[in-house]
Amino acid sequence: MTIQRGYRDRLIWGANYAMSILVDRNTRVVTQGMGKAGLFHSQQCREYGTQIVGGVSPGKGGTLKDGFPQFNTVAEAVRKTGANASMVFVPPAAADAIMEAADAGIEIIVAITEGIPVLDMVRVMRFLRGKPCRLIGPNCPGIITPGQCKIGIMPGYIHKPGPIGVVSRSGTLTYEAVWQLSNLGLGQSTCIGLGGDPVNGTSFIDALRLFQDDPQTEGIVMIGEIGGNQEEQAAEFIRQHVTKPVAAFIAGRTAPPGKRMGHAGAIITGGTGSAEDKVKALRAAGIAVADSPADMGATMLRALQRK
Amino acid sequence: MKIHEYQAKELLRKAGAAVPRGIVVTDPDQARQAFVDLGKGKAVIKTQIHAGGRGKGRFKGSGADFGGVKVVSSADEARQVAEVMLKYPLVTKQTGEQGQRVTKLLVEEPSSITREIYVGMVIDRSVALPVLMTSAEGGVEIEEVAARNPSAILRTNIDPDRGLLPFQARRLGYDLGLEPSQVEQFETILTALVRVFLDCDASLAEINPLVVTAEGSLLALDAKMNFDDNALFRHPDIEALRDLAEENPAEVRAAKAGLSYVSMNGNIGCLVNGAGLAMSTMDIIKLHGGEPANFLDVGGGANKEQVTEALRILLSDERVKAVLVNIFGGIMKCDTIAGAILAAFQEVQPKVPFVVRLEGTNVELGRKMLAESGLKIITATDLTDAAKKVVAAAAA
Repeated sequence: MTIQRGYRDRLIWGANYAMSILVDRNTRVVTQGMGKAGLFHSQQCREYGTQIVGGVSPGKGGTLKDGFPQFNTVAEAVRKTGANASMVFVPPAAADAIMEAADAGIEIIVAITEGIPVLDMVRVMRFLRGKPCRLIGPNCPGIITPGQCKIGIMPGYIHKPGPIGVVSRSGTLTYEAVWQLSNLGLGQSTCIGLGGDPVNGTSFIDALRLFQDDPQTEGIVMIGEIGGNQEEQAAEFIRQHVTKPVAAFIAGRTAPPGKRMGHAGAIITGGTGSAEDKVKALRAAGIAVADSPADMGATMLRALQRK
Repeated sequence: MKIHEYQAKELLRKAGAAVPRGIVVTDPDQARQAFVDLGKGKAVIKTQIHAGGRGKGRFKGSGADFGGVKVVSSADEARQVAEVMLKYPLVTKQTGEQGQRVTKLLVEEPSSITREIYVGMVIDRSVALPVLMTSAEGGVEIEEVAARNPSAILRTNIDPDRGLLPFQARRLGYDLGLEPSQVEQFETILTALVRVFLDCDASLAEINPLVVTAEGSLLALDAKMNFDDNALFRHPDIEALRDLAEENPAEVRAAKAGLSYVSMNGNIGCLVNGAGLAMSTMDIIKLHGGEPANFLDVGGGANKEQVTEALRILLSDERVKAVLVNIFGGIMKCDTIAGAILAAFQEVQPKVPFVVRLEGTNVELGRKMLAESGLKIITATDLTDAAKKVVAAAAA
């Protein structure tokens, strides 16, 4: 039933892009935490065409929730459904859920949960070290390969299949960028939200490497924000390893130092993390940086045409 | 969440670090008494505010020639200095022109200082581990050292489950050139700092300066700590240290409603969903010559009541001359926003112009609701259009 619905949606999309990064139509997703939000977004993802194969709700194993079979543990879900990805909605104790997924052999763990303590994430990252899995997030909108698979809370309809990879630390600002791209006729190969926390599973460099290696991706939009120095590191990586055109935007150019701008990670501290430094590093690496958030799509288009 | 110096020192003292003897006071007479009780002939009076740069600050309108930290030599002087400190707002480079009202003073015994060292701990994002940093240049802000001479900062990453290992403390201590007997004290103080950081979910813990006294002992002369807001739920003792007088009332009110509010210095109020979009909205306003007064982030899934409260908070700020609503509806539906705007209009009857830009889920319905309401709302089609219109409206 689920699979048929996904298939129909793909026919409607009318595209059959074979390539993408990390997730595609064969990805089998289990939702960890099927509360109100978890259930709602599982339904939304299923409507989009994602194979949501069940939910993990300890104590409710063996029951059904709106057609989703429930399991007590991730290991059980993997054994019975062949799930290879998970979407984490459990509240701030999510650190445990992420480690459970990794331990059960889940390859792509997408943590939507907001508000996980940083030291918990430090412990999670140590636990994941050496395990064959990738964590996306936490505190992120998720990942989508348009027309194939959506794992997350982004509005599916703004996306179109196509050649642009999108990677971002922000949620709604990513929607803004995708919307601009789609309106310019630039579809997306895959869009990844890295999340707004200081410690997260996937970095810009990880995503850039994947996009560089993906034959479908012809251009990359990178959306950063103040705080940390991930963008500077990404700029250096792009200079050395990325041959595809990259367009960037950095949010928070007018943010005062020492003030947390909504995201825990978005704060200028210790003399690092300012937008100006990031823009400078990106431009020095030959990357087209949009001055206005309204020009993210157009900047990508220009960068593609220059090539 | 930030705490005061005296609170940070108390946490360190409980964890085993040596700190100067001090007494917290709230009025000039107590300051006088504290001087007498310390019985040292001299004392240091330190204002307790969260903002940095106290020492170089000035008490606005007082005419006094001292800053937020002052050495006094008599009980009467302690009283007089305390009176000024508690009466006039303290302006530092971090408080803004209006300054910060001081309600608490720390009266401390003086220390004879032969050397100042910096010690601090934060999360090192690049390796996803805490990092302990020290520098021989104490008393100076670490940012300055980092900018001028990065190699002067010694670092070591800390395993969150093992804490500080003795060899790490020894290595840092000897690299700083401390005497063997001081290295032992150094280890005790570092162990306390790391324990507080890990046990209380700090995001920043600094001892600056950590001093070597004339007697050769080590003392945490000043301390600063910030805590991870997301972890406060498991630290009621830390939450209890919150000083609401230091926080922006609008930010406190917003937090209560599950919203995120950031105060700025301009005259345009912004209601946005998502931190990245909020920051970009500020940026684009500035790009078009305007200045945001604040931004209120209603997050991903706010309901109608939350959005209405958000608009109430925005409109209660008298500096706001125009409001920009910029929503990209994903989970947040545009008709929810439209409904909240209509409800807020009825309730508070705003006198300032509203510019609304909606995009995303149920956008047609949202736009229709606003158009049919007959209210004076300026609609915008995209980000640039919205920014231009709100900047013009605020200037009018």
